[in-house]
Amino acid sequence: MDYQNILTTCTYCGCGCNFFLEVLDGKLVGTIPCKTSPVNEGKLCIKGWNVHQFVQSENRLTHPMIRKNGVLEKVSWDEAFDYTASRLSEIKAEKGSDAIGFLTSAKVTNEENYLLQKFARAGVGTNNIDHCARL
Amino acid sequence: MTNGVAELEGSDAIFIIGSNTATSHPLVATRIFRAIENGAKVLVADPRKNQIAQFAHLYVRHKPGTDVALLNGMMKVILDRGLADRAFIDANTEGFTEFKTLIDQVSLEDCAAITGVPVSQIEELAQIYGKADRGSIVYCMGITQHTNGVNNVKSLANLAMVTGNIGREGTGVNPLRGQNNVQGACDMGGLPNVFPGYQPVTLGAASKKFADAWGKDTLPTNIGLTIPEMFSAIEKDKMQGLWIMGENPVVSDPDADHVKKALEDIEFLVVQDIFMTPTARLADVVLPGASFAEKDGTFANTERRVMRVRKAIDPVGESKADWEIIQEISTRFGLSMAYAGPSEIFDEIARLTPSYSGISYDRLEGDGIQWPCPTPAHPGTPYLHKDGHFTRGKGLFHAVEYKGPAEVVDEAYPFWMTTGRVYAHYHTGTMTRNSAALDREVSEGFLEINPADAAALDILDGQKICVASRRGEIETRIMITDRVEKGVVFMPFHFEEANVNKLTNPAYDPIAKIPELKVCAVSLTKV
Ligand code: SF4
Repeated sequence: MDYQNILTTCTYCGCGCNFFLEVLDGKLVGTIPCKTSPVNEGKLCIKGWNVHQFVQSENRLTHPMIRKNGVLEKVSWDEAFDYTASRLSEIKAEKGSDAIGFLTSAKVTNEENYLLQKFARAGVGTNNIDHCARL
Repeated sequence: MTNGVAELEGSDAIFIIGSNTATSHPLVATRIFRAIENGAKVLVADPRKNQIAQFAHLYVRHKPGTDVALLNGMMKVILDRGLADRAFIDANTEGFTEFKTLIDQVSLEDCAAITGVPVSQIEELAQIYGKADRGSIVYCMGITQHTNGVNNVKSLANLAMVTGNIGREGTGVNPLRGQNNVQGACDMGGLPNVFPGYQPVTLGAASKKFADAWGKDTLPTNIGLTIPEMFSAIEKDKMQGLWIMGENPVVSDPDADHVKKALEDIEFLVVQDIFMTPTARLADVVLPGASFAEKDGTFANTERRVMRVRKAIDPVGESKADWEIIQEISTRFGLSMAYAGPSEIFDEIARLTPSYSGISYDRLEGDGIQWPCPTPAHPGTPYLHKDGHFTRGKGLFHAVEYKGPAEVVDEAYPFWMTTGRVYAHYHTGTMTRNSAALDREVSEGFLEINPADAAALDILDGQKICVASRRGEIETRIMITDRVEKGVVFMPFHFEEANVNKLTNPAYDPIAKIPELKVCAVSLTKV
């Protein structure tokens, strides 16, 4: 039996509470609030207490998919990466950089937001990048 | 937020407007409850009597979309009764004379008529906030999701400046960020007009700095498209490719049917998410990302505190961390990326973003750091504008005139509709509705309606009703409650099968481009 708890930050609201995720043999089993966190001082709301539940939901997407003849089919990562990169290149070549847009997210990390805007600006060459801060 | 969350405990007066704090930001509400125990007076203004209103010293119910009228009325009282902080105004601000000229012309009786709040209550709000030594303003989407959202925010800044309630502990103008890393997404340049750290794409020096760092000769200097503009561009066949990472605009955006049509029509749609959302179902390529528990990184919370996210388990199935997915596609597209991990990406961010330059993963082992943090020895910044030093030099007053919402009730659509959250769910429900415990708490959408309106329509609690606006119609169950007043109804927006955003108005603020999700006109019919 391998038990660990890992300190992290809640993914739901802008409070940013800190808690430990309890991991038993590679599976999330619970959430323990962090008493020393300056943000939540050992408290969590109902969403935080249950945050480990959605992670291992059966409904998670587990494979990349590409639409073929109208339906989404499972493909390998290599195929998904190559296809996405080449379709974006074609659109850029035919219609120009500003024919491509990006929606980034308040749900992913700073590092991921940074990379997507870097790809938009330096890779594709467009400032068409926005996210749902307004919503 | 200009100030830290914990500082709220030391405020004398907290004015909460357009924020359902106890539901949407429970752990901020905790600080507000402690402030009440410490003797603070809490003032709440909201069209809907939300939970936090029940603990308020004074709750006022203003009509949806009339915030500026309410705030101008309060400032009229503050100026007339000598509650303004003249020393602060003279030393630290500009534009006061023009602002005062406008406020002098405001009549309290007009404000009362527009907002539905009696003059005596406007006076009491102004007296309590105006006399506080440390007054704090807390607001959320109830202020920003309007066609005049920017004006609402400017009015709140006026209110703080006119009373000198900024730049000190326990004061400030404090927006609560709706989603967990909205602050970070903005900080990182996930916006069409700025690079990371709010450095304008139109500014030659910034553009050159980023071009050099990213190994490019030049970068585009024209401001890009916002979300609503992208959807129009798709419609006009000016945009053929769209990559959506971790967003679900088919449910979250106003006029949802219209958004869905645009995403069906676009030539190439990539959706990167952890669930098969209604948006992902329309994609040409679906890329399974990893949840926060499966990767390393950082989030910035509503008080600008940068904190670590740590990997607890391996990505589920074949899913991959979102940064790895971007890196692979970018490299194959022709912009090579070879980061060993998020900490290396963070170091690049710190080199290019002045407000983050002193932060590194090593320094985030403790409590996190509130930016601006310019050097490795800097402790971070709990509150902004210290001693009245504003980013632009002096704080600028704006004379803001009241303007009504874009859509008003009429005979065909006689009810005001406003939207928001419930305590157990988050945003479009993608994550929370996949949690058994949370789905048990609230598993269905509903519409709140005042008992008098329900009686007039002859409907009972729990009955189905058809709700229509100029844009679409949906069916949902009703919940009879006096949380909403006569003529106003409320719906949460987490439920795609009763998606209130099929009804909401996409008319948006001309500056911030925020859609008016908080007010539209609807009709109700029994089914
Ligand atoms: S635990 Fe609750 S209050 Fe804290 S960040 Fe998560 S959702 Fe927000």
